[in-house]
Amino acid sequence: MDTTAHDGTVKERLPASAPRLTLSGISKSFPGVRALHNVSLSLYPGQVTALIGENGAGKSTLVKIMTGIYQPDSGEIGIDGLTTTLPSAHAAFGHGITAIHQETVLFDDLSVAENIFLGHAPRTRFGTIDWRTMRKNAREVLETMRAGHIDADARLKDLGIANKHLVAVARAMSIDARIVIMDEPTAALSMKEIEELFLLIEFLKSEGKAVLFISHKFDEIYRIADRYTVFRDGEMVGEGLLKDTGQNEIVRMMVGRNVDHIFPQREPKIGAPVLSVSGLSHPTEFDDIGFELRKGEILGFYGLVGAGRSEVMQAIAGITRTSRGAISLDGKTIAPKSAADSIEAGIVYVPEERGKQGVVIGLPIFQNVSLPSLARTSKSGVLRLAEEFSLARSYTERLDLRASSLSQDVGTLSGGNQQKVVIAKWLATAPKVIILDEPTKGIDIGSKAAVHGFMAELVAQGLSVIMVSSELPEILGMSDRVVVMREGRIAATYDNKGLDAETLVRTAAGIAA
Amino acid sequence: MKSFLKYREIWLLAGIVVLIGLISTRFPGFAVPANLRQVFNDTSILMILALGQMVVILTRSIDLSMASNLCFTGMVVAMLNAAHPAIPIPVLIVIALAIGLALGAINGFLVWRLNIPSIVVTLGTLTIYRGATFVVSGGAWVNADQMSSDFINFQRAAFLGLPVLSWIAIIVIALFFLVMTRTQIGRSIHAIGVNPTASVYAGIDVGRTKFIVFCISGMIGGLAGYLWISRYVIASVEVANGYELNIIAACVIGGISIAGGIGSVGGAVLGALFLGIISNALPVINISPFWQMAISGSAIILAVVLNARGERRQGRIILRKAEAA
Repeated sequence: MDTTAHDGTVKERLPASAPRLTLSGISKSFPGVRALHNVSLSLYPGQVTALIGENGAGKSTLVKIMTGIYQPDSGEIGIDGLTTTLPSAHAAFGHGITAIHQETVLFDDLSVAENIFLGHAPRTRFGTIDWRTMRKNAREVLETMRAGHIDADARLKDLGIANKHLVAVARAMSIDARIVIMDEPTAALSMKEIEELFLLIEFLKSEGKAVLFISHKFDEIYRIADRYTVFRDGEMVGEGLLKDTGQNEIVRMMVGRNVDHIFPQREPKIGAPVLSVSGLSHPTEFDDIGFELRKGEILGFYGLVGAGRSEVMQAIAGITRTSRGAISLDGKTIAPKSAADSIEAGIVYVPEERGKQGVVIGLPIFQNVSLPSLARTSKSGVLRLAEEFSLARSYTERLDLRASSLSQDVGTLSGGNQQKVVIAKWLATAPKVIILDEPTKGIDIGSKAAVHGFMAELVAQGLSVIMVSSELPEILGMSDRVVVMREGRIAATYDNKGLDAETLVRTAAGIAA
Repeated sequence: MKSFLKYREIWLLAGIVVLIGLISTRFPGFAVPANLRQVFNDTSILMILALGQMVVILTRSIDLSMASNLCFTGMVVAMLNAAHPAIPIPVLIVIALAIGLALGAINGFLVWRLNIPSIVVTLGTLTIYRGATFVVSGGAWVNADQMSSDFINFQRAAFLGLPVLSWIAIIVIALFFLVMTRTQIGRSIHAIGVNPTASVYAGIDVGRTKFIVFCISGMIGGLAGYLWISRYVIASVEVANGYELNIIAACVIGGISIAGGIGSVGGAVLGALFLGIISNALPVINISPFWQMAISGSAIILAVVLNARGERRQGRIILRKAEAA
C-alpha cells in the first residue's frame, strides 16, 4: 500500500511508459452480492501484473468486465489513455484484449491453424478460406513464439494443455492482442510445462504486451510478475511493485480484517471421536489423509482451490472411490460404495455447486427435501406423501425457509433459500456427520448468518460438522479445529485458539513463516 | 412447475377440443360419444407405447427400439398361438410382457453397464430386433386364419361398454400415474431427469434407474406387440416399421421434454390422443395423407416451441452462478 501507481516516486522506477489499460472506480453488483466495489487496476506494456486475492475476492468478475462479458455498474475503462467502453466480447477483442483461461476456450476438433485464425482467416479472392496462407501464417506465428514444434495441421485435441496454451497465445498474437489476461494458466500444468509457459510470458513481455497474471501461487507470482494488485472482498486493497514487497505483506493485505459479519457465540461441548479417517488415498487427487472428527465439533477444512478438499469429502461420502485407507464411524469401519451407503451410515455431504449438485430445480420444495430420505418415507417403494410433507415441513421451519408453499418449485426461491432447502434435505436424513462444502458461497449476508447460526445449533445438538470453506473469516469464526490441505495432502491441523488468518494462508500456500 | 405443467396439459386438451370441433363442422357424426369411444380405442396402443417411451425420455434417454420390440414380440406370440392354439390368452400376454422385458433389459444393460448413449444402443437394437423377427419367422407371415379366435377376439370383447383394449389402456394409464406420483422409482425417474448430479449425491443410483426405465419400456413394447398383432391380425417383419417416430411424436406433443425431467402421464396420453384424432378424422373428411403428415409435423414443432418457452422461465439459475463468480 506504500507504493501506488499514482505515486510520483513509483513512476521514476518504472520504464517510462503510460498504462495500456486502466480501470478506475469499477463497481459491479449481482442480486444480493456486491462483487466489486470501486476497484482500480492498471496494466503496463511490457510488464506482468499479478492479480492476487482469495476466492470470491472479485478477480473473475473483473476479468469478465475486461473481456466485455459483464458491464460494470459504474467506473471507467481507459485504453491508451482514452476512455472507452467494452459493451461486448467482440468490442474487447477489437481493442486487442484477450483472455487465456484455465480451461482454454478453443476448439478441440479443429486444427491448430484453424484455431489460431478462426474468425479472421485469410481469404482467397473468391471469398473462400485461403488454406495455404493460413497454414503459412500459423507456422510463422508459432515460429516467432519459439513454438515451432507445434504442427499447424495437428488437431487441437491431440495437444497437451501446455501446447494448447501456446496455441491460445498464438491466436492472441495473430489478432495483434495488446492485453493478455491469463486466468490461473498454471492450474493444470506440470513443472516443466509451467517453465515453458513462463518463457512464453517473457516473450509476450518482450513484445510489449501488457499481461495480467492471475494465480494463487506465490512462487509463480514472484517469479514472473513485475507488479501486483491485491483484491479483498471485491475491493482493491493494495498495489505496487513486487520487488519492493514481501510475501508476508501481501498475505496481510489479502487477509485483512472483516468486520461485516458476526459469528454465533458457541460453547463447544466436544465429545468422543465420531468419524476417523486414516491413510485415505486416491490415485490422482489426494494422499494419506488422516483426521478425526469429534462429537459436537465443527472441523474446518481450509486450502486453496484444487487442494483436494472436496475430493476427500466426496470419497468419505461414497461418491468417489479411494485406493487405500480406512474410514470409521462410531468405531465401526465403513466402506461406502455409493452415496446411499454413506447416507445410510449417517454421513451426508452437502455439495458445493448448489445449482448443479444440490437442488433439483423443477421439483417442488417438499420433494427436494425428501429426496435422500425416500427410503424412509416410503414403504416397499410406495411413497407416503403425508410423511414426506411433515418431514419437509419440520426441517424447513427450523431453517426459517421463506416460501409460500412447500409445493412451490425450488427454482422460484432465492439463492439463500435454495441453500436452506439443500441443508434441510440433508438434515432430514438424520445424519451423525454432516459435511458442508462451501456452505455460504455466493449467498447474501443475511442467509450466511442463518446458515452459520444453524451450524452452531447442529453441533449443540451433538451432531458433528465438517466445513470445507475458502473464506477465512468463516473458517476462523466457526471452526473448533482447522485442517489445512495443500496439493492433495494435509499440511497442518490447528486448534482454533489464537489462530490467525496469516498462518492459514501461509500454510495453504506453502510459504515458510 | 407443477401448476404450469397442468396449465400446459389444459392447453393441449383445449387444442384437442378445438380440433374435434373443427372436424365436426365438416363431419357432424365425429363428436358423438360412440365415435369418440372408437377413437380412444383406436389410439389405445399408441397411448400405451407413449407412456413407456415417456419414462425413458424423462431420464434423458430415448428408446428407438420400441417398435422393433413390438414387431418381434408380436411375431413370437403369433407363432406360438398358431402352433399351440390351446395356450390361454392371459398366459400369452404374460409371455409377451416377459419377452419385451428381456429385450428392454438388454437395452438397459448396455446403457447402464457399458455407459453407451441410449440413442446409439437403441438405434442398434432397433435393427437387431427387427432382424431377429426375420430370423424367427424366416420372413413368413402369420395370417388371420392361422390365429385362434380367442387370440383375435380377446381385445374386442366388450366389458362395461368398452372393448378390453380400451380397458387395458385405462389400466396402464392408471398404473403409470400411480408409479409416477406415488412410488420411489417414479420420483427417482423424475429427479435424475431434472438433475442427475444432485440425484447421485442424494443416493439415487442413476444407472440402475435407467436400467429400470428401459425394462419398463421393453415390457410396454412387448404388451403392445400382442395387442397390435391381434388388432391388425397379421404378423410380419414389416409390422410397425418406423412407428417409433410416432411414439416419440406423441410424447413431444404431450409436452415431454426431450432434454428430460419434464413431462407427465396426462401429457403423454393427450399427445397420443391428438395424433390419434388426426389420423382417424382427416381421412373421413377427405383430407389427403400429405396434410395429415403436415398437421402432425406442425403440431410437433408447435409443441416444442411452446415447451421451450415454458422452460425458459427457469432462467434464473444462470444468474445465481454468475453471483458466485
